[in-house]
Amino acid sequence: MSPGFQGRPRSAEPALPPGQYLTEDFPVLSAGPTPTVRPDTWEFVVTTETGAEYRWSWAEFTALPQETPRVDIHCVTRWSKLGTTWQGVCLDVLLDGVDTAAAYALVHSYGGYTTNLPLADLRGGKAWVVHRYDGRGLPAEHGGPARLLVPHLYLWKSAKWVRGIRLRTSDEPGFWETAGYHDYGDPWREQRYAGD
Amino acid sequence: MTAPLTWRVARLVERRPETPTAQTLVLDAPGWPGHLPGQHVDVRLTAADGYQAARSYSLAGPADGDRIALTVQRVPDGEVSPYLIDVWAVGDPVEVRGPVGGWFVWRPAETMPVLLVAGGSGAVPLMAMVRGRRAAGSRAPFRLIYSVRTPADVFYADELHRRARDDRGLDVAYVYTRAAPDGWRGEPHRIGAADVNTHGWPPDLDPLCYVCGPTGFVEAVADMLVGLGHPPGRIRTERFGPTG
Repeated sequence: MSPGFQGRPRSAEPALPPGQYLTEDFPVLSAGPTPTVRPDTWEFVVTTETGAEYRWSWAEFTALPQETPRVDIHCVTRWSKLGTTWQGVCLDVLLDGVDTAAAYALVHSYGGYTTNLPLADLRGGKAWVVHRYDGRGLPAEHGGPARLLVPHLYLWKSAKWVRGIRLRTSDEPGFWETAGYHDYGDPWREQRYAGD
Repeated sequence: MTAPLTWRVARLVERRPETPTAQTLVLDAPGWPGHLPGQHVDVRLTAADGYQAARSYSLAGPADGDRIALTVQRVPDGEVSPYLIDVWAVGDPVEVRGPVGGWFVWRPAETMPVLLVAGGSGAVPLMAMVRGRRAAGSRAPFRLIYSVRTPADVFYADELHRRARDDRGLDVAYVYTRAAPDGWRGEPHRIGAADVNTHGWPPDLDPLCYVCGPTGFVEAVADMLVGLGHPPGRIRTERFGPTG
């Protein structure tokens, strides 16, 4: 026990994953400079385990059926933000027709960032590639022109400046996953660091 | 599977004021496994009814046995930092877990030139690198550019003055945004490419650049470094949001 520590009034806290606190602003976290990515040269590529590629230009991507998920997001640095509104394309749409037997995905970004997750976590209406936030184009520091959004995992899995997904038969850890963070990253099980 | 990082009990040994709103807190953390300059520690408080709150703080110095040091900025309306600064008494326990973070680190075996660019309380993990360089007897050339509002806002002011004088191969330059001391050249201003160019390293020396501060500061400085020709892969950033 920490003598004299009271903490915030308990009733003020909505249901958050363990160890998280609520924030109203939108902190930025990234490991390096924000890359400059222009929509006219942007592309999104799904590469299967056999090397087959499925590509979308910006025009093709934004012409796909759009969804506007309203979701809670949870950062491993302990802030959570509730009821965020995005617009983008559900991964089920992008993966529809992709011929694969892979079980894992390695997401890669402009600027070199990577993150890994089971392919099942990208299916079933749980993940999107989003290009608008709160009714506006996604700012570069938050991952624009487009980022992954996988809100049921810690936010480092929602790769900013997303460029593509490599489908793999084996799990390959990404950037933070090789730097001490958890391989899966479920906020409700508080999987922050490797071994949690 | 990696062994989990466990929570361990640490006690406050000493507190040192850095500025009117920030203190360095020295903890005794028996069994602490050691860390690299730039890494963090999670600190967890527990109230009488079992309620817990945790935050991450950068470690302010290199590994030193069971001793770890944090520098905590008091966040108005914060939940954890006001306790650590105003209430926590010498000898009282908290729980700590770490070290955390394997990217924004400097390894003393590195010999390449290093540029550190600090904005406000972003100086903490960069000071751990400056101290770690000295502790390891490293000769890696270091330059620190430290942007602060006024001279009274400088963390570790006396020590930085001493190290800039005594640690060979360490240069320290300041950028004041609100009020500058007598004798400082120029007017207070936000850091610009000219400051980074003058007090940093040229890109052809292939320096490792570490930038830590508030988001706007980090975005601006990282963009300047890229604009000056530093490869993005040599620029490591960390944002120091308010950690309440």
